[in-house]
Amino acid sequence: MSISSLAFDTLLAARDAIRDRKISSVELTQQALARIEALEPRILAFNSLYADRALAQAKAVDEGERTGSLAGVPIAIKDNLCTRYGTTTCSSKMLANFRAPYDATVVKMLEAAGAVIVGKTNLDEFAMGSSTENSAFKTTRNPWDTSRVPGGSSGGSAAALAAGMCCASLGSDTGGSIRQPAALCGLVGLKPTYGRVSRYGLVAFASSLDQIGPFGWTVADAALLLNVISGHDPKDSTSVPTAVPDYLASLDQPVKGLRIGIAKEFELTAGMDPQVKAAVDTAIALYKSMGATIVDVSLPHTEYGIAAYYVIAPCEASSNLARYDGVHFGHRTKEPVENIIELFSKSRAEGFGEEVQRRIMIGTYALSSGYYDAYYVRALQAKTLIKRDFDQAFEKCDAILCPTTPTPAFKAGEKTGDPLQMYLCDVFTVTCNIAGIAGLSMPCGFTNGDQPLPIGMQLLGPTFSEEKLLRIARMYESATDWNTRRPKLEPV
Amino acid sequence: MSERICKSFKILVGMEIHVQLATKSKMFTGAANGFGGEPNTQVDPVVLGLPGTLPVMNKKAVEYSIKVGLALGCQIARQCKWDRKSYYYPDLPKNYQISQYDLPLCSTGMYDLILKDGRVKSIRIRRAHLEEDAGKLMHEAPGGYAIDWSIVDLNRAGTPLLEIVTEPDFESGEEVAAFGQELQKIVQYLGVSEAQMQMGHMRFEPNINVHITDQNGIVHKTAITEIKNLNSFSVLQRATDYEAQRQIRQWQDTGSLGKKSTYGWDEVHGRTFHQRDKEEANEYRYFPDPDLVPVHVDDLWLSNLKLEIGELPTARRKRYVEVLGLKEKDAAILATDRETGDFFEAVLAGGAPAPRASTLMEALRELANDTGQSVSKLGVSPQRIAEIAKLVTDNKIAASKEIAKKIVSALVEKDAPAEETAKQLGLLQSSDTGEVDAAIDALLATNPPAMADYQGGKQAALGSLVGMVMKSVRGLNPKLVQEGLKKRLG
Repeated sequence: MSISSLAFDTLLAARDAIRDRKISSVELTQQALARIEALEPRILAFNSLYADRALAQAKAVDEGERTGSLAGVPIAIKDNLCTRYGTTTCSSKMLANFRAPYDATVVKMLEAAGAVIVGKTNLDEFAMGSSTENSAFKTTRNPWDTSRVPGGSSGGSAAALAAGMCCASLGSDTGGSIRQPAALCGLVGLKPTYGRVSRYGLVAFASSLDQIGPFGWTVADAALLLNVISGHDPKDSTSVPTAVPDYLASLDQPVKGLRIGIAKEFELTAGMDPQVKAAVDTAIALYKSMGATIVDVSLPHTEYGIAAYYVIAPCEASSNLARYDGVHFGHRTKEPVENIIELFSKSRAEGFGEEVQRRIMIGTYALSSGYYDAYYVRALQAKTLIKRDFDQAFEKCDAILCPTTPTPAFKAGEKTGDPLQMYLCDVFTVTCNIAGIAGLSMPCGFTNGDQPLPIGMQLLGPTFSEEKLLRIARMYESATDWNTRRPKLEPV
Repeated sequence: MSERICKSFKILVGMEIHVQLATKSKMFTGAANGFGGEPNTQVDPVVLGLPGTLPVMNKKAVEYSIKVGLALGCQIARQCKWDRKSYYYPDLPKNYQISQYDLPLCSTGMYDLILKDGRVKSIRIRRAHLEEDAGKLMHEAPGGYAIDWSIVDLNRAGTPLLEIVTEPDFESGEEVAAFGQELQKIVQYLGVSEAQMQMGHMRFEPNINVHITDQNGIVHKTAITEIKNLNSFSVLQRATDYEAQRQIRQWQDTGSLGKKSTYGWDEVHGRTFHQRDKEEANEYRYFPDPDLVPVHVDDLWLSNLKLEIGELPTARRKRYVEVLGLKEKDAAILATDRETGDFFEAVLAGGAPAPRASTLMEALRELANDTGQSVSKLGVSPQRIAEIAKLVTDNKIAASKEIAKKIVSALVEKDAPAEETAKQLGLLQSSDTGEVDAAIDALLATNPPAMADYQGGKQAALGSLVGMVMKSVRGLNPKLVQEGLKKRLG
């Protein structure tokens, strides 16, 4: 038996097809659910499925009860977004049975736009990781080569889309958690400017860096999803009241006098895969052939990015995750305890995985008196310098182009023994979060060989430059066909 | 071992005061900021610290805090931020408290405290910052029966709390309690807290040490101890005095200056008891809360708040002394409570001269105290009080507090023009010179010795003569009687 693909597998095409009655939402949703049923044992993308609810939502669209710009399209969301229905686990034993009494703001927005939510996807526990191998439940597989990881932490959302189990998905990005899996799975992934999208209902990892964003096959799909989820939310003080343009409307207008910045600091990184370098160089050449000016820019403090990130993020995480103590909600030890401290520590030791514990300890240490100035304060100083680097660079260019990751998807288990190697996956992506700017990853080639793996390139733009950034990405996309490729997933 | 003699000592007390603000909703969420109710009913996902929830600042709580800061003469920070203070405790749902660490909303204030003996003492305010309160842990079940676990009630969690910290400028339990009472009046005056002590709206933590001078003139400084969670003025005063004396006794008996530590108050035995030694420095891992944005207090906002406050008690008091010429003590009483002050202002507006209005206010206060009411609730309008003042000015009634009280009491029963009421009560005095002269004639005819005394040079005799004339015929104007006598006796 072969597994039929979705009749319309991109967000925009599916949305238009449903609107134009070429297919019903129920039919498309059934196709998605069928693919999930057939492929999930190999991809392991989902933590929970909402088949019945999704079909009911689809039916309501078909019957005209639900409308909106995403009406009837099956979408998957990362399992760190709170929903009233089902569990919100963060792929942690700690929250394995946690049921939120409210919906995340982005979930409300998706549903108000008529989306059909098929299920919630796997991630590295509490979004800490770059491969989904830190999930307490399972390691998601890369649909292009199931012996490899899909990236992380939003690996489930990326793999679900790449495997054609939905037409788009939402992830969250703290240091590259949307862009890195997008690159490894051949997708467009966008990390919006900090404050563009409400974080209310996103289970916090590092509050000053976290941002929710879309995965799509195309730049247009990312733009459409961004249209829906952007905007100020009174429940999130860090969300910004800056007006939300229609990202889709202007998408096909090329940027006149486009200047693409190349930062030499991004070129010098050791451990760079030559095929990745070649693909990105080709993309630069393509922009040049389209009339863009290629300018050299300097981001001299990039080298402090990883270090600053692995101080700021664990510091915030150590505080954000303090609430999981076994008292009010979440996992509580069943072991006998003598006192409250034992209840706290046993529950936390049992409920959190190794990487989460490591980061909590790093953060707790770095925030302690006597160390605070040496670590946290200095990391914030690095943040200021990294921001300034970008500000200065963006005076000279519209966007900075670089690889998203140094290598294509790696094998499951390849880096689990060495956390530092895993941290280096984020070398091109973390400074974007630290500076709070917008970043987008899109496919720019494939590796050679029997099982070609996607290669991603990253476009970084100033804060609230999403409209232009998407147009720049669209210019490249319309001159290439990488986004039309799909992994071959025959049943075993 | 040489003897230790305490030749003299100075007690130094600084205070930390928590004031619960009476906002409608909690500090960082829309849940009701109510009291009572079934446990865990005044909560929402933010109060519970559920995953994914975010705090949103209650602007009203910030405004209330700024008002208190202004009343205490503090600098108001034009930019401040929120910090997380981390510690694990089951009544703290997030295991961190949102507070303000190094940039408090209010700092470096000064408050002139008027002591019982009329002295004015300037109390320096170190800072006042805003934070969220924790919930409550209960170790017995509702109804009071024993359980071998604890229960958490989060109704109080997330309530806005203003923590005011003073410099160690108090020297006795009495001063500390006086300040506590003064602060209670201020927050009530500003309408920012109900400040009901029995409800725990105000909680005091005095930090106490003593500088002891021994027989050789050497000064010994005891370690600072903090008494936790005192919530009555009486306990605050007694606990502070007890603890200071305990430190002195300890030094005398053992030579020990003690350790920096925390004490509790045992009301049954009337003494403080050691709770725990304070570690070198508390490890709270403060850092700026990334879920909240800094607060900017601009000129417009600040000036609007100043307008809303109107004249503060301190300024009012100062004006009463300097402009109206009232006694410091009277001015303080009139100014501390907003209702009384406003009532007084209305009496002034009715045309009463300030000193007379002040005396009448005293009469009102005495009547109000008798019935346990406030002056403004007695039911007599400021206009009527102004009328009484005018009767005095016009010499229609005697300038006597007792007479004023009689008229006011009658007005409480039945409102009518003050003059009419005074007339009915027979309190109007006669300014008819004929009547006065007749009374003088009658008296002098029956009491020649007094006249002789006066004429013989005894000025004091005039007073007794006036008194006798007044007594002989009720309701005469004493001023006219005096003038008439002087004329007659030449």
